[in-house]
Amino acid sequence: MWENVKSFASEFFVTGDPLIYGADISIVLTIIGIVFGLTYFKKWGWLWREWLTTVDHKKIGIMYILSAFLMLFRGGVDALLMRAQLAMPELNLLAPDHYNQIFTTHGVIMILFMAMPFMFGLFNVVVPLQIGARDVAYPFLNALSFWLFFFGAMLFNLSFVIGGSPDSGWLAYPPYSERMFNPGVGQDFYIWGIQISGIGSLMTGINFIVTILKMRAPGMKLMKMPMFPWSVLSSCIAIIFSFPILTATLALLFLDRYLGAHFFTLDGGGNPMMYINLIWMWGHPEVYIIVLPAFGIYSEIVSTFAKKKLFGYKSMVYAMMIISILSFLVWAHHFFTMGSGADVNAFFALTTMLIAIPTGVKVFNWLFTMFRGKITFETPMLWTLGFIVCFLVGGMTGVLLSVAPADFQFHNSYFLVAHFHNTIIGGVVFGYFAGLYYWWPKLFGFKLNERIGKWAFWFWNIGFYACFMPQYVLGLMGMTRRLVTYGWDKGWWEMNLVSTIGAGLMGIAFLFQVWQIVYSVKHLQKDETGDPWNGRTLEWSIPSPAPYYNFATLPQVSSQDEWWEEKQRREREPLSLAPPKLEPIHMPKNSGIPFVMSMFWFAAGFGFVFDWLWLTISGLVGVAVCMLVHSFNYDTDYYIPVEDIKRTEAAIRG
Amino acid sequence: MAQLNDSGHANQHVSSSDHHDHPDMEEMRTFGFWIYLMTDVIIFGTLFAAYIVLQGNRNGGPGPEELFQMGGIIASTFILLTSSYTSGLAVLAMHKGNRQALMGWLGVTALLGATFIVLEVNEFIHLVHEGATISTSAFLSAFFTLVGTHGLHVSIGLVWMIALIIQLAKHGITPVTKRKVNVISLFWHFLDVVWIFVFTIVYLMGVR
Amino acid sequence: MTQHDMTHPHDAETQGSLKSYTIGFLFSIVLTIIPITAVLYGWAEGMTNTIVLMTAAVLQFVVQLIYFMHLREEKKPRYNLVTLILGLIILLVIVIGSMWIMLFNMVAT
Repeated sequence: MWENVKSFASEFFVTGDPLIYGADISIVLTIIGIVFGLTYFKKWGWLWREWLTTVDHKKIGIMYILSAFLMLFRGGVDALLMRAQLAMPELNLLAPDHYNQIFTTHGVIMILFMAMPFMFGLFNVVVPLQIGARDVAYPFLNALSFWLFFFGAMLFNLSFVIGGSPDSGWLAYPPYSERMFNPGVGQDFYIWGIQISGIGSLMTGINFIVTILKMRAPGMKLMKMPMFPWSVLSSCIAIIFSFPILTATLALLFLDRYLGAHFFTLDGGGNPMMYINLIWMWGHPEVYIIVLPAFGIYSEIVSTFAKKKLFGYKSMVYAMMIISILSFLVWAHHFFTMGSGADVNAFFALTTMLIAIPTGVKVFNWLFTMFRGKITFETPMLWTLGFIVCFLVGGMTGVLLSVAPADFQFHNSYFLVAHFHNTIIGGVVFGYFAGLYYWWPKLFGFKLNERIGKWAFWFWNIGFYACFMPQYVLGLMGMTRRLVTYGWDKGWWEMNLVSTIGAGLMGIAFLFQVWQIVYSVKHLQKDETGDPWNGRTLEWSIPSPAPYYNFATLPQVSSQDEWWEEKQRREREPLSLAPPKLEPIHMPKNSGIPFVMSMFWFAAGFGFVFDWLWLTISGLVGVAVCMLVHSFNYDTDYYIPVEDIKRTEAAIRG
Repeated sequence: MAQLNDSGHANQHVSSSDHHDHPDMEEMRTFGFWIYLMTDVIIFGTLFAAYIVLQGNRNGGPGPEELFQMGGIIASTFILLTSSYTSGLAVLAMHKGNRQALMGWLGVTALLGATFIVLEVNEFIHLVHEGATISTSAFLSAFFTLVGTHGLHVSIGLVWMIALIIQLAKHGITPVTKRKVNVISLFWHFLDVVWIFVFTIVYLMGVR
Repeated sequence: MTQHDMTHPHDAETQGSLKSYTIGFLFSIVLTIIPITAVLYGWAEGMTNTIVLMTAAVLQFVVQLIYFMHLREEKKPRYNLVTLILGLIILLVIVIGSMWIMLFNMVAT
């Protein structure tokens, strides 16, 4: 009996690496700490009522952003480990198989479990406030989306300590990801972690499309909507049409592994190239999905801090919509070397060059917005300026890569690695940071410290260029991606060392950001105005943090920068505000079903990973029961009485 | 949620403003479901793409000409077509406010759907007996996945329809149940459309 | 369409009538029988056959959209129609793109 337990445990838990033992210990200590803390301060009920069952879009947004920060830490540690391994030739810090796992988890976590939730967090926090809505279209579904993402991410991260991590790269190309070459459970963790959170992403996409199209405040025509919701709409359109492809493709890979099907295997008539073809049909729109909202954030910030109306509003809208559709027509540029023939490569090279045009239009719009503006350089604006420079470099190298014949040289080299980090860090991460700094006061009611924020900004930027500019050169010198080590004779070590130092600087920058948050909480300077940046859009017209029903009375919108115009109007004629007439507000009730149902999904996924049929079936039955319980529940909303609104408004408005 | 409608009505009385809210809210939910259907279109599109690309790879195993028995397939096609019609009749009965007829037609639709599923399971069992399983060849992997995914959708629709009949018995025809009936009939028509393409591309073009 | 006269003016929901459902049903029966007989009696070969079968399927899809899903009765703005068109475009991109890349690919086949 004891022997059985021991042999099970040695296979079930990941063993043999001191780094992982260290992680095991810290995970156990953190869990004990959290459980103890919650019990000691009697916070379990609070946690359940206020957070785990909430359907409030603002709280869900905060949970998304918090998870994204945790995942940024995990993915960042992965990155630092890789850079440490590559700092000098012939280092042996990470064994090759461990190195494979780390570049895989780094990629998956940064794109799917860092960028996506960060983005959804900002959607949640900002979109309803900007369009003058009291919640998203489907609050229950919104909570379900979050918890599916959360448990999907946890399932994926669990592979680190249980069973072993996936090691076939962030897109898990077959045939290596098939059971024949990859019999462990890591690949199944990959599939189910992404599937479960992917369902959540899909539902968020639907949710925000409907929210934006159907829930705008009275008078807000589509063409009077702020730019961020427009970018969210374009991103969500790409989500609803691309995530199903991911779901289907991973399901096929799963069938190969689980039932012995032959979609992408080398034997039985399967074709691994079909996987590569399908996964990039999702993979390419995906990068536009995460970058489009960042473009929206930059647009908001540029016009706020230049104190001017956004230049070329309509061209910006069309550019975003065109990008969102055109992003579905470029996928084959990720595998020019697959041998699809000249006409295929020529077509996709052309579409890739075409998509650069609307992106260029946006850059000019931002520049013209700043032109002759009274610009101030607070941290959100700094990030925006940092982005423009950085993204320009990334975009130009992208055009270089789009030239199909040249791509045969660049393909899978460090040139490519440098390019996509250039666009994703410079475009996406900088954008979400800018957005977080910009909307932080709205979320929590106080600004983040500007001085430490500037330190963080400069460390990120200098670190970024030090890290990735040498990688372009390394790529041209012939260094391929996913390389675990290299010899002294290659002549690569100087560049690699600089690159590692740059990565270290970005690590320090992250610490600055954590310190910035801690410092700002400690030296709390409350923002009493609700409008700390002299903003232009509706979210700044209500107190910070926003009350749970957002708007006591719904705003009537008549122009594009409604709040800015309203402030002008009030200056012209000191307000004769008769207290607005309040009405009972219709609100959704909290529900524990999203949390419980996602736990069942987690259980089902875990069962699939370890091929424990009893767990899979009970998990799926649990999911079905949760759905039925929700379907039979007709008591899902309530009204806030007018007295309650009056009391809340009096308390926050002082 | 309520802002769609409650501006402009100074309505302190909760139940009457409730009355005003629901049509718009339910319409919004139907729109969300329509978008979900579009995502499902993409899922089936991906499976169709996989089927079309891989259908020639038989790995020395049997092909469609040898495997498919068109009699049963044609029968199940007409059964599903009819069920799409009866789910439409259910919606008509609902608009006339006839709860009994509504539940009856939904029941007929579910029964036809169940027959379809039985026929499909029979077909699969037959194929497996012939030695044509999901792991025989890329063609069969793609076939079972595409047809099976459609069958899975129909089965989920069945459970949902039964749950809805119970809710109709409990609550009657309200804005909420009305929306649910509309949505499931959309789902059912959609599955019919998908089947038409499965029938055409997999079966009819397969046996030619 | 005639059913507009039969609906109550205040009830803006799309609903159709017994007549439109029955017409749609008959259409779809006919559009199923045509391809079946075409295949069973071997009317056409190769490309012609494919075109006949696909045309019948697409027509039947349109019939379902109009007579069963009442797409024509949508109020403005016609978001349902727009999402449907976008979805169909992406669907065609996926299917035709995959065929182009994978089947007319000298290395893969």
